[in-house]
Amino acid sequence: MRARNLWWLVALAAFGVFPLVVTNPTYTTIAVFSVIFMACASSWNMFSGYSGYIALGSAAFYGSGAYTMALLSIHLHMAPGAAMFWLVPLGGLVATVLAVPIGWIALRVRRHTFVVITIAIFFVFQLSAINFGFTGGTSGLNLPFITWGYQYYNVPFYYVGLGLVIFATALSALVRRSRFGMQLLAIRDDEDRALGLGVRTHAVKVTGFALSAFTVGAAGALYAMFVGQIYPQFVYDPMFDISIALMTFLGGLGTLTGPLLGGLVLEAGQQYLTIQFSNGSLYLILFGALFLLVIMFMPQGVVVYIRDRVTRRAERERAAVSANDAAAGDAPPPAGDPPAPAGVAHDVAVGGVA
Amino acid sequence: MNSVALLSAAKDGILTGSVYALMATGLTLVFGVMDIINIAQGILVILGAYLSYALQLHWHIDLFVGLLITTPTMFIVGVVIERAFIGRLKGPEKTAMSILVTYAVSLLIEGGLNMIFSVNDVQLQASYVSKSFAIGQVHFGFIYVAGFILAAVLLGALYVMLYRTRFGMSVRASLADQASAALVGIDVRRVSTITFGIGVAVTAAGGMIYGATNSFNASSSYDLISRLLTIIVLGGMGSLGGAMVAGIAMVFIGDVVGVVWSPVWSTMAYFVVLILVLLWRPQGLFGRASARVA
Repeated sequence: MRARNLWWLVALAAFGVFPLVVTNPTYTTIAVFSVIFMACASSWNMFSGYSGYIALGSAAFYGSGAYTMALLSIHLHMAPGAAMFWLVPLGGLVATVLAVPIGWIALRVRRHTFVVITIAIFFVFQLSAINFGFTGGTSGLNLPFITWGYQYYNVPFYYVGLGLVIFATALSALVRRSRFGMQLLAIRDDEDRALGLGVRTHAVKVTGFALSAFTVGAAGALYAMFVGQIYPQFVYDPMFDISIALMTFLGGLGTLTGPLLGGLVLEAGQQYLTIQFSNGSLYLILFGALFLLVIMFMPQGVVVYIRDRVTRRAERERAAVSANDAAAGDAPPPAGDPPAPAGVAHDVAVGGVA
Repeated sequence: MNSVALLSAAKDGILTGSVYALMATGLTLVFGVMDIINIAQGILVILGAYLSYALQLHWHIDLFVGLLITTPTMFIVGVVIERAFIGRLKGPEKTAMSILVTYAVSLLIEGGLNMIFSVNDVQLQASYVSKSFAIGQVHFGFIYVAGFILAAVLLGALYVMLYRTRFGMSVRASLADQASAALVGIDVRRVSTITFGIGVAVTAAGGMIYGATNSFNASSSYDLISRLLTIIVLGGMGSLGGAMVAGIAMVFIGDVVGVVWSPVWSTMAYFVVLILVLLWRPQGLFGRASARVA
């Protein structure tokens, strides 16, 4: 569809010029966090959204990426500066390598047990970071101090983050169209049947899980470099897990645009609220209430909800027109183009609450 | 390293572990009957603890007497949560949705508790909380023993209710097979609501003991829920006996490693054991292996 591609280009252009137009560091800081979370949500969705295996331990990868950045930049005595960006993909690689054995263990069990195991594994990582000596324990680690100008400090981070968003989205789209993506979707719809049809379900799941860890790890590395200081309880944060899940659910689980939209709205909203009110409790309540509303009333997410609405409306209008024509009795019968079925196209959403 | 230290680790395992087992039983019961994972259980324990705290602070009601008020209150909280949100979930994604819904509920309660009680740690106090007695060289804290007795009594009551009453029979029938239970005339909807209420009601006693033995604030719920979840996974989801064994095992392993090796690694050791057990038995110690995957 051409119109769809056009919208993607418009969005990309808007994101591309954003830091050139808005130079206020407060807003560009919000933007950096937003792209980091958009990349994570998109990547999380590529596994959990497509396969239906909800993972709530992705902070394990985020934190590992962050520690990769911190430890390597410190121990390699890297000069603070752009060269450190090379460690961003390395953080992703470390996360992927860790994700293989983790996925291998966690994905042997049923779906709901999987959720719990990912949470348990996440806590193993958090506790290790607190307890091991080389991680600096609870006092954390300080990264080489980056000295490029205050005014433009955020801009390079923003573009690298945007690169991660593009990478995650492109990967998501590629997977979605590939045979591998079909296998993930088949697992989501009926794992036993997929297995019966010859899908090597365990291998497919582990691959998807490891693949989705990459961007999360890379984003963690970027985060560490950006804030310059990491603590176990902030990079291995249980709120991270639930945040990216909520972002994806809010936008639309299993869709391409959903996690991006959810990540943008929620992360920017959170950062803004934190700056405005500096009241964490209020934020928790707002966040929880929003979360409940979305799950109870739009379980398939905003993107799918709106698209269904639009499609249904178009159908109704078409039906009304043909009814009028029929009533007038002079027009030829409408040409035989049946209305497009709701909710098809590229994005396939999860069934959700029936 | 000596036998006294090991003995006291074993003692802690049984005393403290039984309280965790009580809290986890609520979770595993709800999962078994309803296929619902109640992530809010952690914050509900904290809510239970804060209720005891408030009763004591404002009306000078003793911690144990206060349970007569907090337990029914938590039961009602459970029923309300079930009726308002959980009962509305249907379809194949019900379990995953329940995790998200209860997480959202838990965020709401956490925010509310932070606003009311602030984020400063508190601990429940009473004249007997810090008292202890010794048998041989092993010291017993009064509150731990009381917690054990309370947990044992409540678990016993739960057992009697489940295995000796007509209602318990309907719960077990729903646990075994919801559709068939409904076919033989059991009101599964009602059973679910009451089960969820009971599952939450145990957090009153659990929370009181937790609050008397730990200093806590609303964010302690993250640590709690992670432990409770791993207990039911280790024991086997839906297995009541499994929750009991795993609860005790968790504290026991932690304390033994703490004594033998280093306290730093005690929590970690338990998680490692959990993962090893799951490698060997993915369905947990006493869980039923599922015929189908999803």
